[in-house]
Amino acid sequence: MRTPISYFLVVSVLLFTVGTVGVLIRKNALLIFMSVELQLNAVNLALVAFSRQLGNLTGQVLAFFSMVVAAAEVVVGLAIIVSLYRKRRSADVDDASLLRG
Amino acid sequence: MLALSILAQAPPATPQTATGHGPLIFTPVAPELILVGVALILLLYDALEPQRPHLALALATLAGIAGAAAYSVYLWFWVQRPDSPSSVLQGMVAADRFTVFFRLVILGAAFIATLLGYLYLERAGEVRGEYYPLLLFATAGMTLITAANDLIMVFLALEILSLSLYLMTGFSLRRLASAEASMKYFLLGAFSSAFFLYGIAFAYGATGTTNLPAIAHKLSGQVGPLALALGATGLLTVGFAFKVAAVPFHMWTPDAYQGAPTSVTAFMSAGTKVAAFAAFLRVFDVALSPLVWDWKPFVWALAAITMVVGGVLAIAQTNIKRMLAYSSIAHAGFILVGVTAASRQGIEASMFYLAAYAAMIVGAFGVVMLVSVRGERNLNFSSYAGLARRDPFLAAVLAVFMLSLAGIPPTAGFIAKVSVFEAAVQAGHWPLVLIGVLTSVIAAFYYIRVIVLMYMQEYLPGQEETEGLGREPVGRIAVAIPALLTLLFGVFPGVLFGLLKAASVIRF
Amino acid sequence: MAESFYQSYGVVVALLIGGFGLVAVAFTAARLIAPRRQTAEKLMTYECGIDPVGEGWSQSQIRYYIYAFLFVIFDVESVFLFPWANIFVRLGYQAVVEMAIFVFVLALGLLYAYKKKVLQWV
Repeated sequence: MRTPISYFLVVSVLLFTVGTVGVLIRKNALLIFMSVELQLNAVNLALVAFSRQLGNLTGQVLAFFSMVVAAAEVVVGLAIIVSLYRKRRSADVDDASLLRG
Repeated sequence: MLALSILAQAPPATPQTATGHGPLIFTPVAPELILVGVALILLLYDALEPQRPHLALALATLAGIAGAAAYSVYLWFWVQRPDSPSSVLQGMVAADRFTVFFRLVILGAAFIATLLGYLYLERAGEVRGEYYPLLLFATAGMTLITAANDLIMVFLALEILSLSLYLMTGFSLRRLASAEASMKYFLLGAFSSAFFLYGIAFAYGATGTTNLPAIAHKLSGQVGPLALALGATGLLTVGFAFKVAAVPFHMWTPDAYQGAPTSVTAFMSAGTKVAAFAAFLRVFDVALSPLVWDWKPFVWALAAITMVVGGVLAIAQTNIKRMLAYSSIAHAGFILVGVTAASRQGIEASMFYLAAYAAMIVGAFGVVMLVSVRGERNLNFSSYAGLARRDPFLAAVLAVFMLSLAGIPPTAGFIAKVSVFEAAVQAGHWPLVLIGVLTSVIAAFYYIRVIVLMYMQEYLPGQEETEGLGREPVGRIAVAIPALLTLLFGVFPGVLFGLLKAASVIRF
Repeated sequence: MAESFYQSYGVVVALLIGGFGLVAVAFTAARLIAPRRQTAEKLMTYECGIDPVGEGWSQSQIRYYIYAFLFVIFDVESVFLFPWANIFVRLGYQAVVEMAIFVFVLALGLLYAYKKKVLQWV
């Protein structure tokens, strides 16, 4: 029996919510970033589920692109976080307080 | 009345079979190919030739941008030819004057930003070759997003420009603030990308396609609950609101603008906003046009809050970059007023506003860069006291930009505001116009304050470093061009509106 | 049939609103109700009851960044190469040229990294 699409979407929405909350409450830049990755994976799950439901491949192609973009984001993000960490020895976003107002 | 009734007759997207690969026409993306090609060459050149002269990199970048602009001008005529398709590469890229117009605006801003960037890197002593390829990649992303006719393309172009800009924001290795700004920009940008992508997924789930005209076709024919499509609209709005820096998704803007090297700030304040709004207009006025009555109230509210919050928060600032950042937030609100009108007139007004905004913000940040000697100094208002005495040229140019940002005639900013308000009144949004006018009056205060400081206050010697105020001819040219354009569009707005008559039709 | 189709979407939307709503309510409630008295003790990282010593980051080596970089080049390559390899015979020479350009650009990235001495084990 085929699993109804709603099951996948429920999981996807929950994952996305967990990711969103993670971004909002976490303080370490790396953990925030991991939460964003969780959101992106929730999106991929939804895309693939929709793709199967609708019977066309666009969703899966889009999931490929999203994976690639996520990978590129990882590299750029790590570069930024690492360079900031090298300068200040801390990855806590609350310590980033030079810019205020 | 459906304001965009032309859109209702949208033909379905030409069905493409998986194997039937039509002829690939690359002409409409040639400007991007030029930009990316030059960027790749420069990247290699920089890696293979450690002794490369800085000037050569800058000149090659300028040549690439000029080439792309020249090709865009050719495209302006190419897209009107009877045999030219309305979209190419399997419906991924649109070929219309709408994108050509925005491309030219973005390429103009990029050109000025390259001149400023050359000067900035020299002065700050941070000459590193990656600056130029990154700038070109970001520019390619910005121009590509204006042509994106498919949500996949919108997303990819958005990421190309964002990823390059995250890195450019953190380009100053010496200043901690730059790295900090970069991190904040990156985290919030990635967060917003996730929302945007989820919106795309929902739009795909609701319609089974990611092609913008096809989505419109599907949505207009759909009966019954539109829950998924509405969810998609909401998520896409959030994603775009982040990128155009609309309140309440504006938190990254002041920090990123202040921390970034000033030349980068000039580039991204103009380029990102123009690019994101171009995509905003296309996605909302093409793909989501059947839902216009559903998204209108939200964009309406977004515009109102953005104008008020951006305008009010700018008053309290003492750092001029931060003040301009809040001002750019407020301007996003004014442009949203034009978007809310969702009419041909509204689109035209928004396009005019974006062109005027790009000229004045790139110029204003340019002057700020010239005044802040060697990198990031003299950023407080006190440094501008008596600037008219020390450097009449820079003071006069900055005064033009301030008047334009405040929306005072005879500048482009005035015409831009009037035209978006007019479009909004036509669409029946007079409360929004009322809010807009009131915030403009408040906003005029802090723009005029800068002019008063420059012209009516005495400069206290020894207070701040003064030597080397933008004497370089390159810098002067870089701020003179936008100033002239600001005045030109203000005195002869018909020039630009004439172009817009042809450019405001979104073909698909 | 059609009805249940839309019902499933209704569930999703309800869940979306419910999920975000719950989080929002919980956070505002906590902020409004909870007393906030922060002491140095409370702000300290909790580590099994022992006072934390040194940096929490001592394990992270910057050199592993190279893996991330290489991962992107080869991951991106394979993500697109595999689907392409399935169908390129049907697509003809155009597809071959496109893929060649794609791989070439990625190779440029690798060359750049090599020249910038990113690939050396530091």
